[in-house]
Amino acid sequence: MDAIVLQILNGLDKGGAYALIALGLTLIFGTLGVVNFAHGALFMLGAFCAVTFNHLIGLEQVVVDPTRTTAWGTPLEIRMPYIEVWLGDTGTAMLNYSVPLSIVFAIPAMLLVGYVMERGLIRHFYKRPHAEQILVTFGLAIVLQEIIKTYFGANPIPQAAPDIVRGAMDIGVFIGLDPGTVVYPQWRIVYLLFSLSLIGGVFAFLQFTTFGMVVRAGMADRETVGLLGINIERRFTLVFAVAAVVAGLAGVMYTPILPPDYHMGMDFLVLSFVVVVVGGMGSLPGAVSAGFLLGTLQSFASMNEVKTILPGIDQIIIYLVAVIILLVRPRGLMGRKGVMET
Amino acid sequence: MMTKTSPRSDLFMFVLFSTAILTMPIWLAPVGAGYPDLLQKFAIFGLFALGFNLLFGLTGYLSFGHAAFLGIGSYAAVWSFKLLGMNPLPALLFSVVFSSLFAVAIGYICLRRSGIYFSILTLAFAQMSYNMAYSVLTPITNGETGLRVLQSDPRLFDISSQTSGSLISNLFGIEMTGYPGFYFCAALLIVGFYISQRIFRSPFGMMLRAVKSNQNRMSYTGLNTRPYTLAAFVISGAFAGVAGSLLAVTDPLAGAERMQWTASGEVVLMTILGGAGTLLGPILGAGLIKYFENIFSAYNEQTLHAIFSFLPDFMEGPVVSLASLFVGEGWHLTLGLLFMVIVIFLPGGIMEGFNRITNMFRRKRSQVGKGTGHSRSPASATAAE
Repeated sequence: MDAIVLQILNGLDKGGAYALIALGLTLIFGTLGVVNFAHGALFMLGAFCAVTFNHLIGLEQVVVDPTRTTAWGTPLEIRMPYIEVWLGDTGTAMLNYSVPLSIVFAIPAMLLVGYVMERGLIRHFYKRPHAEQILVTFGLAIVLQEIIKTYFGANPIPQAAPDIVRGAMDIGVFIGLDPGTVVYPQWRIVYLLFSLSLIGGVFAFLQFTTFGMVVRAGMADRETVGLLGINIERRFTLVFAVAAVVAGLAGVMYTPILPPDYHMGMDFLVLSFVVVVVGGMGSLPGAVSAGFLLGTLQSFASMNEVKTILPGIDQIIIYLVAVIILLVRPRGLMGRKGVMET
Repeated sequence: MMTKTSPRSDLFMFVLFSTAILTMPIWLAPVGAGYPDLLQKFAIFGLFALGFNLLFGLTGYLSFGHAAFLGIGSYAAVWSFKLLGMNPLPALLFSVVFSSLFAVAIGYICLRRSGIYFSILTLAFAQMSYNMAYSVLTPITNGETGLRVLQSDPRLFDISSQTSGSLISNLFGIEMTGYPGFYFCAALLIVGFYISQRIFRSPFGMMLRAVKSNQNRMSYTGLNTRPYTLAAFVISGAFAGVAGSLLAVTDPLAGAERMQWTASGEVVLMTILGGAGTLLGPILGAGLIKYFENIFSAYNEQTLHAIFSFLPDFMEGPVVSLASLFVGEGWHLTLGLLFMVIVIFLPGGIMEGFNRITNMFRRKRSQVGKGTGHSRSPASATAAE
């Protein structure tokens, strides 16, 4: 029982990341009809927004204290982040909370990236074949990845979660298990809650705002919405930017779990595409539920008990499930009729 | 778009192509590419792209997992070396058999879907093979270290069974390194080119092109397209397998990184760069990419300083630091940019570019002929168009 709960929890936070990326992919695909192979790169860019923000607020003031010397006889250098010099305790707290705070930095940054990408490149590919869309976004993903590699190096850069959620939490107690059986890192819980609320936010945005209504209408029948005199292109630009922000925020908050490096995007992208296909192309609830489902399945497959029966299953379970689903239900779990049928 | 062909012009093209490939060591020497290691790569990746083009160029099915077959071919070849001895012929046979078998299995599943689903499914299979080669299949693939031929391997048919020295594949006493290795690869490339030319001109090839232009209509006429696409998939997988085994023949080791999605992406780029759906394009693309990879990765800060030394000092620094982003380690950045530029501006690849230019000249010439009658200069005629 406790092992099962633990694995479900394990799967859910990874599933949260898959679901967020897949959500953005589906939004873009449903509205713009573009297959975005650079979406994983957006996730990665988000993660590096957190790294950049951390660098920025961590800039240090170096004061040489001539009266004291170090053990080597050189004058003692006192290093202190500027933010602490200026803001005192608030600054210390900000440094501590740098990952959640970098959301504030990441939202405008990712909006800008998404806007520029859509206006500069994707817009010209609406009418081109899917193969060309795949190829050009694939090229873009390589370019983004290599630029990040040039500036941040090839090594993963670990980011720390705030002190208050750095420890582990005894989840089992809440659901009536013995204390100490299900102990789980707090940040992963935070990530799960964060991804759930972000998903909820996107759905609420689509469901309860006029803008969202237009977007949903556009997903259903793009031409008619255009004929009604709505400038669908401009709205879709914003949809692209929102999808970029969602992927970016998923990346920002994932940094304490997985130290970001330049190729993390592609690793997630392949899986997210599988998630989209399993959930059903063009279905938002499908993408989200498939994300959580596959995340959980993956963590179950990596249990030692399962691995001893079927060695290596944890590496391939997702692909295997995707293949089976596509053969049995070609449209995916919740795919709509008429979306990408050919 | 079918260009007019005749058996004679095909034969001429084939002879010309074979001569060009076989004389590569001579005419590529002036550009600094006339050494066997690079020439081998030209031939091997040319073959790989040629096979990929049979699938993508003809049927329009964009496979994003073709590197899996390359990897399988390499592994099969190395295992043949280990068990049967260093002769490349059984290795080739093994690779073709195994990569075709895998292609049948993977193709049977993936070809149930088309378009982007097909791309994702092939990508999933390639990633699955890659992950498995790294983890579960370590007894077969030797995991991260890569599979090598060891002195202690049985190698049943090696008569000499030398116990010392490095193990090099040899064809009845000819060691497959340097120029002999290149000519071996080149011979297979020429054979591959011949097969692909025949497929292009055959009714089978016509059928594949029809699949690309409108598969629905094909099904409406009561024709089951799947056997044709599956055949194309298997043939192109076998080509990739041969290319993989040649990689192992020229350098007897195999690693899982050959199956990664970047390798799959590279062959797509080669084909697109040269021109998908053309006979010569993919080989041209493969050659260009391998050539520039070789040149660009060799550059470093010093060589760049030497190149840009003609600039005034205040400009040289920034120019060098800008250029150094794209060379050496940054070669992948150049590759990505090239990818985008080609897809955006020249989706038909270099061959389309050639065609455009020749058409331009041809049109001009015909207009010059007409222009005398209409007393208009050719320049104004093109401008008016």
